[in-house]
Amino acid sequence: MNEITQKLKFYQKGTHTVGNRLVSERDRSVQASIDRSNALTCGHRACQGCGEALGARYAIDAAMRATNDNIIAVNATGCLEVFTTPYPETSWQVPWMHSLFGNAAAVASGVAAAMRVKNRSEVRAIAQAGDGGTTDIGFQCLSGMFERNDDVLYICYDNEGYMNTGVQRSSATPPAARTATTPAVGAEPGNVFGTGKSLPKIAMAHGIPYVATATVADLLDLERKVAKAMSIHGARYIHIHVPCPLGWGSASHDTIRLARLAVESGFFPMFEAEWGKLTASRKIRRKVPVEEYLKLQRRFAHLFKNGRTDPRVARLQAICDRNIEEYDLMPAAVEP
Amino acid sequence: MFQIRIHGRGGQGVVTAAELLSVAAFIEDQHAQAFPSFGSERMGAPVVSFCRIDSKEIRLREPVLEPDALIVQDATLFKAVDVFHGLKDGGYLLVNTNKSFGELHLDSVVAKLPAGHIVTVPATELALKHIGRPVPNAALLGAFAALTGTVRLDSVAKAIHEAFPGKIGDANVAAATEAHNAVAAARVRTAA
Amino acid sequence: MLKQIEGSYAMAEAIALCRPEVVCAYPITPQTHIVEGIGELVREGKLARCEFINVESEFAALSVAIGASAAGARAYTATSSQGLLFMAEAVYNAAGLGLPIVMTLGNRAIGAPINIWNDHSDAMSMRDAGWMQLFAETNQEAVDLHIQAFRLAEELSMPVMVCVDGFILTHAVERIEIPSQEDVDAFLPPYDPVQVLDPREPVSIGAMVGPDAFTEVRFLQHYKQQQALSLLPKFAAEYEARFGRAAGGLLRTYKADDAELLVVAMGSVNGTIKDTIDEMRAESIKIGLVTLVSYRPFPTAALRAALANAKDVVVIEKSFAVGIGGQLANNVDQALRNMTVAPRVHSVVAGLGGRPITRAALHRVFRQAVIQPWEATHFLDLNERIVAAEIHRTRKKRRSGPTAENILKRLASESSFVPAE
Repeated sequence: MNEITQKLKFYQKGTHTVGNRLVSERDRSVQASIDRSNALTCGHRACQGCGEALGARYAIDAAMRATNDNIIAVNATGCLEVFTTPYPETSWQVPWMHSLFGNAAAVASGVAAAMRVKNRSEVRAIAQAGDGGTTDIGFQCLSGMFERNDDVLYICYDNEGYMNTGVQRSSATPPAARTATTPAVGAEPGNVFGTGKSLPKIAMAHGIPYVATATVADLLDLERKVAKAMSIHGARYIHIHVPCPLGWGSASHDTIRLARLAVESGFFPMFEAEWGKLTASRKIRRKVPVEEYLKLQRRFAHLFKNGRTDPRVARLQAICDRNIEEYDLMPAAVEP
Repeated sequence: MFQIRIHGRGGQGVVTAAELLSVAAFIEDQHAQAFPSFGSERMGAPVVSFCRIDSKEIRLREPVLEPDALIVQDATLFKAVDVFHGLKDGGYLLVNTNKSFGELHLDSVVAKLPAGHIVTVPATELALKHIGRPVPNAALLGAFAALTGTVRLDSVAKAIHEAFPGKIGDANVAAATEAHNAVAAARVRTAA
Repeated sequence: MLKQIEGSYAMAEAIALCRPEVVCAYPITPQTHIVEGIGELVREGKLARCEFINVESEFAALSVAIGASAAGARAYTATSSQGLLFMAEAVYNAAGLGLPIVMTLGNRAIGAPINIWNDHSDAMSMRDAGWMQLFAETNQEAVDLHIQAFRLAEELSMPVMVCVDGFILTHAVERIEIPSQEDVDAFLPPYDPVQVLDPREPVSIGAMVGPDAFTEVRFLQHYKQQQALSLLPKFAAEYEARFGRAAGGLLRTYKADDAELLVVAMGSVNGTIKDTIDEMRAESIKIGLVTLVSYRPFPTAALRAALANAKDVVVIEKSFAVGIGGQLANNVDQALRNMTVAPRVHSVVAGLGGRPITRAALHRVFRQAVIQPWEATHFLDLNERIVAAEIHRTRKKRRSGPTAENILKRLASESSFVPAE
């Protein structure tokens, strides 16, 4: 008989930890179940600590459970596509297709149309892409899919840059972040302070039935949002924040911590919206200054060089504060 | 092979006229080919369409360069484009106008064409009378049938009814019929 | 049923008879009437069990078709010119994935300068994308080729582009036989995909392939397309037996048996060429025609056999590659490679951007090929005076301005039309 060599840690209820044995069976993660589908099975070639691999596994398994395993997944070009399917191997246990970088939403629309015409509407289409495939090159197809309200769940795994091609800037890269195309040199090192581009807000502006943001720091919440999305027909959009140790210059073991700090600082607001209206936002539990989030990532190291804090950190904090206000992220003050 | 070139302005049904003519020929078991001059769609711009009629398959795909007949839907075009370009000796000329060829300064041109091959028809007025809109093409097709005998009036009427069922079709056929009868009567007078 | 009908609407009816399940549409002149026609048939319920999807670009149109086809539906789209270029990435992708999509290409020139009229530049731009490319001579053949295209595509699991001359065919109203649903159903069995996305049997399609297998995948694509060289004549024969009408195949000849001069061409210009040949035959000139139906796969052996006994070959094509010349002429050259006694090949580029190809011009160029053969590409009806003037002007002045506008200005100032008085 094998000894259990791994040291088990038991967390208190409410920490959102995977497989929490203290919550009721109904509320446990899909991953805690012996029937989990392993949609994205082991053996793939993602980096250690990859937030996207974690997010994709939870999202697709949750979608599988919600649809009785009736999904077809369409993948844009990018890390997820490459690390899961170098020929002749594949990690996908679902029918899965990769066509191009910029057309995942349209290909998924085609899959949904085929299922409709074949009287197999129980089979649901999911499109997945990184932030580049969503906010940049796939933007037009995505908007078209939204506008037609095609029966597609589109999931964006946002790691804030073109990581597959060697960490270049995308329109989802945060201001001041160092990438290969926004190097940390010159008077204003790192990415520019542009206007930003919130895909969830753009999705809401299409008035589609469901929009949500999620994070790999709260996987139960992520699963719940995917399950909810699959209970609705029409165009749905989930934007998942997935830290990238390679591109962000962070420790592999800090992926979940970073994802949590992004939420707790207000840097990544978590909310849900239906038919274009905000319906819920996840409150910050312990507000942290944005520095705590930034300092764990080498892509922001130039902001803290020589023990000095770059004044642009205040501008990043202002972005967090604006999110907190806009999405009402602070809990109501408790009466003493 | 009998080749027709139709000149008009965007919105006058120039392309439709060629198509209806081809359908009328088809009804009479002829081969026919109708096609537009392929410009961008603009109201009022000069437009040309073409129709070929033959007893055998039509393979030719060049524009009608040497027409046997010209249908001019708008007399102001004589000043804008070279309407007569390539018109065959012995060809036909049908013009939508309430003026005479003399008033249009076309005497020298029509003098070269055989008597009985030229005719003017107030097609716009007929259209306003029967259809209530200034679309002269149906009336001109009726007149064309009388002028050239290439197709019969009843085939033209049938083609119009197929394309425009109901009252609009009836009104267009009425305009075509009146124009046809006027031209036929004029030809009888010329012959006499 | 015999109809006097516009080519586009006849094609729409033929495509509907093929029972497509997903049709994606994005408008571009001159393809519009085809998808409008199909859309109307869907709305009226005459084409049942079909999803008609208005998308936001040609790139999306073909992408939706890719998704639908991979999920097991018979998928169709249509485009022209810039639209084909905009979907270019997906054009290659559909072929690489082996998805039997059928697409109509209403052939149109490619800008700049922007031009909506007919030539074959668009088809040529995607000639190496892995699609089969069939060229229709008439609207009747356009109808017939679409029905054969679905059969061919699905038999080989490879996409087919049916090339139809924009405006000249798409907007021409003529006598066209529309087949019966029974005959089409008998000729074209339901789509039985070789690969399909289905939760009951999950597969991964479109995986990354490295140097270890990429050559083999590409080779098999080539091998598969070569199969069409025997399938096309087979399907054409079967089609003729059922529908009583010859259409398709690899190529056709006209008065070629004793011809010393053979013309090679694709598309609607073949009709005008036949009329010209009849006129020249009446003058005892031994001239004939080879009409290419299949451009991809290129029927090298059949063409070589057809041209073997000619002294001169004139290739008339509505496209050319800047810097080298006519693509079709180059392919014809290749077909004649290493022949002991090969005919001379004379390349003519004609009909660019909608310039009419007239019998008069064809008479001139066919005669010239024999009497005064040329080596480089000949541009039919090129206005050499205007070209020389523009070359002269640009040499004189550095900031000479946009060429197209300069030429238009000069043409307008030289217009000779004076109204009759």
